[in-house]
Amino acid sequence: MLSYVLPIAFALVALAVVLNFWRLIRGPSLPDRILALDTLYVNTIALLVLLGIHLASPLYFEAALLIALMGFVGTVALCKYLLRGDIIE
Amino acid sequence: MRRLLPHPLLAPILALIWLLLNNSAAPGHILLGLLLGWFIPWFTLRFWPERVRLRRPLTLLRFIAVVLYDIVLANLIVARRILGRPAALRPAFVRVPLELKSDLAISLLANTICLTPGTVSAQLTPDRSCLLVHGLHVPDAEALVTSIKQRYEAPLKEVFESC
Amino acid sequence: MLEYLLSFLILGGAAFTFIGSLGLARLEDFYTRLHGPTKATTLGVGSLLIASALYFSTRGEGMSLHEVLVTLFLFITAPVSAHLLAKAALHLKLPSLAAVPEDNPPAHPVGNSPGPGPHKRA
Repeated sequence: MLSYVLPIAFALVALAVVLNFWRLIRGPSLPDRILALDTLYVNTIALLVLLGIHLASPLYFEAALLIALMGFVGTVALCKYLLRGDIIE
Repeated sequence: MRRLLPHPLLAPILALIWLLLNNSAAPGHILLGLLLGWFIPWFTLRFWPERVRLRRPLTLLRFIAVVLYDIVLANLIVARRILGRPAALRPAFVRVPLELKSDLAISLLANTICLTPGTVSAQLTPDRSCLLVHGLHVPDAEALVTSIKQRYEAPLKEVFESC
Repeated sequence: MLEYLLSFLILGGAAFTFIGSLGLARLEDFYTRLHGPTKATTLGVGSLLIASALYFSTRGEGMSLHEVLVTLFLFITAPVSAHLLAKAALHLKLPSLAAVPEDNPPAHPVGNSPGPGPHKRA
């Protein structure tokens, strides 16, 4: 059962990543691009978790945690840059 | 007591996070987690100006259950809206007047609004009297405001600021 | 039985992740686009992580709950980044399908003068 479901899930998340890239490249404004990047981080976590289940290895969890942390910090820093026009004040 | 354990709630939460991070419940890790839970609030005291008091833990639990249920429901609704015709959407900005005063309660309310049915909190006025909320599909602005106030603001007020 | 539950969680999670990104790509203005990723994607990845926790917990090597940590972290941080993004968009006055209320004073004054920061420095 799981061996049928996993490829479908991989395909769906990979399509989601493609859509994110489309918005990242096209995105008319800067917040659009930041939002696309933020979604990209979250989708990468999804891909890593799926890979972890597929390979039955818990090692990928650490990478997912790191991406979650760094992605959040990056998004906040970029938003702050848009709001204040400066990061180091 | 106050100086030794400035935030009594934070210590067990930090210990629990330490255990989850290590993915183990060995006695050594429990001890180390409790030690960290005592030590970290103690030397980050300056970042936590206000003391958190939970008045009604049961109301908090019910609030969390309601929010979790709403998150699942909200996602089904938002998914249907996204898959439907985009032209049928009626997005709107709505102002929600706030009765909450404490920082933590306002942040929690803003976070809940972001996670639940088709709404994102966009801006807090500098005097903290009003929260600007963007709704994905708002046929009736009044109903949205009353539902936010009754469903999320009232329990938060009861838990964090009951008089 | 467990296998069905796992498959349901994985399929549902992947579907929500996809729908969130579809909303990001498809909707028309920035503020409506914001809704897809903050809600659907968060729940999608959350349910994938819970599926992973279940999967590793039932393999006979003891409980594995550290995925819950990532789920919690995502559920706490996603609204914060959505709020900041909406604020930045309002600050930049992006075109919006909904009427933006005008009398809203900007949260941070434009220019180099440091506005009232969120931190009260001691």
